[in-house]
Amino acid sequence: MGWAVIEMCETFVNLDIVVPNQTRYLRLVGAIAEQLAKELDVQEDTRDTLAFHLNLALTEAVANAIQYSSAANSTDSVRICFSVEDAYLSVRVYDHGGGFDLAALPMPEFDELRERGRGIFFIRSVMDSVQYHKTDSGNVLEMRKKIA
Amino acid sequence: MRVAKEVRDDRTVLSIQEDRIDAHNSGELKDLVLKTLEGGTKNVVIDLARVQFIDSSGLGALLSGYKNATLRSSGFALAGLQPRVRSMFELTRLHRVFDIYPSLQLALSA
Repeated sequence: MGWAVIEMCETFVNLDIVVPNQTRYLRLVGAIAEQLAKELDVQEDTRDTLAFHLNLALTEAVANAIQYSSAANSTDSVRICFSVEDAYLSVRVYDHGGGFDLAALPMPEFDELRERGRGIFFIRSVMDSVQYHKTDSGNVLEMRKKIA
Repeated sequence: MRVAKEVRDDRTVLSIQEDRIDAHNSGELKDLVLKTLEGGTKNVVIDLARVQFIDSSGLGALLSGYKNATLRSSGFALAGLQPRVRSMFELTRLHRVFDIYPSLQLALSA
Protein backbone atom coordinates (compact mmCIF):
# COMPACT_ATOMS: atom_id res chain seq x y z
CA MET A 1 0.00 0.00 0.00
CA GLY A 2 1.01 3.59 -0.51
CA TRP A 3 1.50 5.99 2.36
CA ALA A 4 1.59 9.71 2.70
CA VAL A 5 3.04 12.22 5.11
CA ILE A 6 1.46 15.62 4.87
CA GLU A 7 2.77 18.79 6.44
CA MET A 8 1.18 22.08 5.55
CA CYS A 9 1.28 25.64 6.71
CA GLU A 10 0.49 28.93 5.01
CA THR A 11 3.63 29.43 2.96
CA PHE A 12 5.18 25.99 2.71
CA VAL A 13 3.87 22.60 1.73
CA ASN A 14 5.76 19.34 1.89
CA LEU A 15 4.06 16.17 0.72
CA ASP A 16 5.84 12.88 0.12
CA ILE A 17 4.03 9.89 -1.39
CA VAL A 18 5.33 6.41 -2.12
CA VAL A 19 3.21 4.18 -4.38
CA PRO A 20 3.84 0.66 -5.65
CA ASN A 21 4.98 0.67 -9.28
CA GLN A 22 1.61 -0.45 -10.60
CA THR A 23 -0.49 1.53 -13.02
CA ARG A 24 -3.63 1.03 -10.90
CA TYR A 25 -2.23 3.73 -8.58
CA LEU A 26 -2.19 6.38 -11.35
CA ARG A 27 -5.78 7.32 -10.54
CA LEU A 28 -4.86 7.92 -6.88
CA VAL A 29 -1.78 9.96 -7.81
CA GLY A 30 -3.87 12.08 -10.19
CA ALA A 31 -6.53 12.62 -7.52
CA ILE A 32 -3.92 13.71 -4.96
CA ALA A 33 -2.47 16.18 -7.50
CA GLU A 34 -5.94 17.63 -8.13
CA GLN A 35 -6.68 17.91 -4.42
CA LEU A 36 -3.33 19.62 -3.81
CA ALA A 37 -4.26 22.28 -6.39
CA LYS A 38 -7.39 22.95 -4.33
CA GLU A 39 -5.30 23.43 -1.18
CA LEU A 40 -2.81 25.85 -2.74
CA ASP A 41 -3.13 29.58 -2.45
CA VAL A 42 -3.89 30.37 -6.10
CA GLN A 43 -6.33 32.62 -7.93
CA GLU A 44 -9.78 31.07 -7.97
CA ASP A 45 -10.21 31.34 -11.77
CA THR A 46 -6.99 29.37 -12.42
CA ARG A 47 -7.58 26.62 -9.87
CA ASP A 48 -9.42 24.12 -12.09
CA THR A 49 -6.85 24.45 -14.88
CA LEU A 50 -4.01 24.02 -12.38
CA ALA A 51 -5.73 20.91 -10.97
CA PHE A 52 -6.02 19.40 -14.46
CA HIS A 53 -2.41 20.27 -15.36
CA LEU A 54 -1.00 18.77 -12.15
CA ASN A 55 -3.12 15.63 -12.65
CA LEU A 56 -1.81 15.31 -16.22
CA ALA A 57 1.86 16.01 -15.40
CA LEU A 58 1.84 13.57 -12.46
CA THR A 59 -0.02 10.87 -14.38
CA GLU A 60 2.50 11.05 -17.23
CA ALA A 61 5.56 11.29 -14.98
CA VAL A 62 4.52 8.42 -12.69
CA ALA A 63 3.49 6.22 -15.65
CA ASN A 64 7.00 6.75 -17.05
CA ALA A 65 8.63 6.00 -13.70
CA ILE A 66 6.53 2.81 -13.34
CA GLN A 67 7.58 1.72 -16.81
CA TYR A 68 11.29 2.30 -16.09
CA SER A 69 11.16 0.76 -12.62
CA SER A 70 9.14 -2.26 -13.76
CA ALA A 71 11.84 -3.16 -16.24
CA ALA A 72 14.49 -3.05 -13.51
CA ASN A 73 12.63 -4.42 -10.48
CA SER A 74 9.02 -5.58 -10.31
CA THR A 75 8.70 -4.96 -6.55
CA ASP A 76 9.95 -1.38 -6.71
CA SER A 77 7.96 1.68 -5.71
CA VAL A 78 7.74 5.23 -7.03
CA ARG A 79 8.37 8.20 -4.77
CA ILE A 80 6.77 11.57 -5.40
CA CYS A 81 7.71 14.73 -3.48
CA PHE A 82 5.72 17.95 -3.66
CA SER A 83 7.04 21.18 -2.19
CA VAL A 84 6.00 24.79 -2.37
CA GLU A 85 8.54 27.53 -1.91
CA ASP A 86 8.01 31.16 -2.73
CA ALA A 87 5.80 31.25 -5.80
CA TYR A 88 6.65 27.80 -7.17
CA LEU A 89 5.30 24.32 -6.75
CA SER A 90 8.04 21.76 -7.29
CA VAL A 91 7.20 18.10 -7.96
CA ARG A 92 9.91 15.46 -8.03
CA VAL A 93 9.25 11.91 -9.27
CA TYR A 94 11.97 9.32 -8.57
CA ASP A 95 12.58 6.20 -10.62
CA HIS A 96 15.20 3.46 -10.38
CA GLY A 97 15.44 2.54 -14.04
CA GLY A 98 18.22 3.17 -16.52
CA GLY A 99 17.30 6.82 -16.99
CA PHE A 100 17.08 8.81 -20.21
CA ASP A 101 18.40 12.03 -21.72
CA LEU A 102 15.60 14.57 -21.45
CA ALA A 103 17.44 17.11 -23.60
CA ALA A 104 17.78 14.58 -26.42
CA LEU A 105 14.02 13.87 -26.60
CA PRO A 106 12.61 15.29 -29.83
CA MET A 107 9.34 17.18 -30.10
CA PRO A 108 6.63 14.78 -31.28
CA GLU A 109 6.21 14.76 -35.05
CA PHE A 110 2.53 15.63 -35.11
CA ASP A 111 1.99 14.33 -38.63
CA GLU A 112 3.45 10.89 -38.00
CA LEU A 113 0.61 9.64 -35.77
CA ARG A 114 2.84 7.54 -33.54
CA GLU A 115 1.05 5.84 -30.67
CA ARG A 116 3.77 6.68 -28.12
CA GLY A 117 6.12 9.52 -27.25
CA ARG A 118 3.79 12.34 -26.14
CA GLY A 119 4.10 12.05 -22.35
CA ILE A 120 7.06 14.38 -21.82
CA PHE A 121 5.59 16.75 -24.40
CA PHE A 122 2.44 17.06 -22.25
CA ILE A 123 4.50 17.62 -19.11
CA ARG A 124 6.50 20.35 -20.84
CA SER A 125 3.27 21.88 -22.14
CA VAL A 126 1.62 22.27 -18.73
CA MET A 127 4.60 22.90 -16.42
CA ASP A 128 7.02 25.86 -16.44
CA SER A 129 10.23 23.84 -16.28
CA VAL A 130 11.19 20.15 -16.47
CA GLN A 131 14.56 18.65 -15.57
CA TYR A 132 15.76 15.05 -15.30
CA HIS A 133 18.94 14.06 -13.50
CA LYS A 134 20.59 11.30 -11.49
CA THR A 135 20.85 11.48 -7.70
CA ASP A 136 22.02 9.10 -4.96
CA SER A 137 18.41 7.97 -4.46
CA GLY A 138 17.68 7.30 -8.16
CA ASN A 139 16.80 9.31 -11.22
CA VAL A 140 14.54 12.27 -10.60
CA LEU A 141 12.18 14.12 -12.90
CA GLU A 142 11.72 17.59 -11.41
CA MET A 143 8.82 19.70 -12.62
CA ARG A 144 8.16 23.26 -11.52
CA LYS A 145 5.05 25.38 -11.84
CA LYS A 146 4.58 29.02 -10.91
CA ILE A 147 1.49 29.27 -8.73
CA ALA A 148 1.34 32.95 -7.80
CA MET B 1 -12.32 -1.23 -18.59
CA ARG B 2 -16.10 -0.96 -18.67
CA VAL B 3 -17.38 -0.31 -22.19
CA ALA B 4 -20.97 -0.57 -23.47
CA LYS B 5 -21.09 -1.96 -27.01
CA GLU B 6 -24.10 -1.36 -29.19
CA VAL B 7 -24.78 -1.85 -32.89
CA ARG B 8 -26.94 0.90 -34.41
CA ASP B 9 -27.73 0.51 -38.10
CA ASP B 10 -24.35 0.12 -39.77
CA ARG B 11 -22.37 1.54 -36.83
CA THR B 12 -20.80 -0.08 -33.79
CA VAL B 13 -20.83 2.29 -30.83
CA LEU B 14 -18.35 1.75 -28.01
CA SER B 15 -19.41 3.90 -25.05
CA ILE B 16 -16.60 4.21 -22.53
CA GLN B 17 -18.03 3.84 -19.01
CA GLU B 18 -14.92 5.11 -17.24
CA ASP B 19 -14.17 8.69 -16.13
CA ARG B 20 -10.47 8.21 -16.77
CA ILE B 21 -8.32 6.63 -19.49
CA ASP B 22 -4.66 6.26 -18.52
CA ALA B 23 -1.81 3.75 -18.75
CA HIS B 24 -3.80 1.38 -16.49
CA ASN B 25 -6.67 0.79 -18.91
CA SER B 26 -5.56 2.17 -22.31
CA GLY B 27 -4.17 -1.22 -23.37
CA GLU B 28 -7.62 -2.77 -22.85
CA LEU B 29 -9.23 -0.02 -24.93
CA LYS B 30 -6.73 -0.59 -27.75
CA ASP B 31 -7.43 -4.36 -27.74
CA LEU B 32 -11.19 -3.86 -27.62
CA VAL B 33 -11.21 -1.48 -30.60
CA LEU B 34 -8.99 -3.86 -32.57
CA LYS B 35 -11.27 -6.84 -31.79
CA THR B 36 -14.30 -4.80 -32.83
CA LEU B 37 -12.67 -3.96 -36.18
CA GLU B 38 -11.59 -7.59 -36.64
CA GLY B 39 -15.25 -8.55 -36.14
CA GLY B 40 -15.95 -6.93 -39.50
CA THR B 41 -17.70 -3.71 -38.55
CA LYS B 42 -17.19 -0.93 -41.09
CA ASN B 43 -18.01 1.99 -38.87
CA VAL B 44 -16.90 2.53 -35.28
CA VAL B 45 -17.96 5.39 -33.03
CA ILE B 46 -16.23 5.85 -29.66
CA ASP B 47 -18.46 7.74 -27.21
CA LEU B 48 -16.20 9.59 -24.75
CA ALA B 49 -18.96 11.62 -23.06
CA ARG B 50 -18.24 10.08 -19.63
CA VAL B 51 -14.47 10.45 -19.88
CA GLN B 52 -13.17 13.42 -17.90
CA PHE B 53 -9.45 12.68 -18.29
CA ILE B 54 -7.25 11.01 -20.89
CA ASP B 55 -3.45 10.73 -20.92
CA SER B 56 -0.91 10.16 -23.71
CA SER B 57 -1.39 6.38 -23.60
CA GLY B 58 -5.15 6.85 -24.06
CA LEU B 59 -4.54 9.05 -27.10
CA GLY B 60 -2.19 6.31 -28.35
CA ALA B 61 -4.95 3.69 -27.99
CA LEU B 62 -7.36 5.86 -30.01
CA LEU B 63 -4.68 6.48 -32.66
CA SER B 64 -4.16 2.73 -32.91
CA GLY B 65 -7.90 2.37 -33.53
CA TYR B 66 -7.88 5.14 -36.12
CA LYS B 67 -4.95 3.62 -38.01
CA ASN B 68 -6.41 0.10 -37.93
CA ALA B 69 -9.80 1.38 -39.09
CA THR B 70 -8.19 3.28 -41.96
CA LEU B 71 -6.27 0.17 -43.05
CA ARG B 72 -9.56 -1.73 -43.15
CA SER B 73 -11.45 1.09 -44.89
CA SER B 74 -13.65 1.41 -41.84
CA GLY B 75 -15.04 4.66 -40.46
CA PHE B 76 -13.74 5.73 -37.04
CA ALA B 77 -15.32 8.64 -35.18
CA LEU B 78 -15.09 10.12 -31.69
CA ALA B 79 -18.04 11.73 -29.91
CA GLY B 80 -18.78 13.72 -26.77
CA LEU B 81 -15.30 14.99 -25.89
CA GLN B 82 -15.28 16.82 -22.53
CA PRO B 83 -13.21 20.04 -22.28
CA ARG B 84 -10.12 18.48 -20.67
CA VAL B 85 -10.17 15.60 -23.15
CA ARG B 86 -10.66 17.96 -26.08
CA SER B 87 -7.68 20.06 -24.95
CA MET B 88 -5.40 16.99 -25.17
CA PHE B 89 -6.35 16.54 -28.83
CA GLU B 90 -5.76 20.23 -29.51
CA LEU B 91 -2.32 20.29 -27.84
CA THR B 92 -1.16 17.45 -30.10
CA ARG B 93 -3.17 18.69 -33.12
CA LEU B 94 -4.93 15.31 -33.22
CA HIS B 95 -8.30 17.11 -33.51
CA ARG B 96 -7.28 17.63 -37.17
CA VAL B 97 -6.77 13.89 -37.63
CA PHE B 98 -9.85 12.38 -35.97
CA ASP B 99 -13.45 12.66 -37.09
CA ILE B 100 -14.87 14.35 -33.95
CA TYR B 101 -18.54 15.09 -33.12
CA PRO B 102 -19.86 17.10 -30.15
CA SER B 103 -22.28 14.29 -29.21
CA LEU B 104 -23.10 10.67 -30.00
CA GLN B 105 -26.40 11.79 -31.49
CA LEU B 106 -24.62 14.07 -33.98
CA ALA B 107 -22.11 11.33 -34.82
CA LEU B 108 -24.95 8.90 -35.57
CA SER B 109 -26.82 11.37 -37.75
CA ALA B 110 -23.72 12.30 -39.78
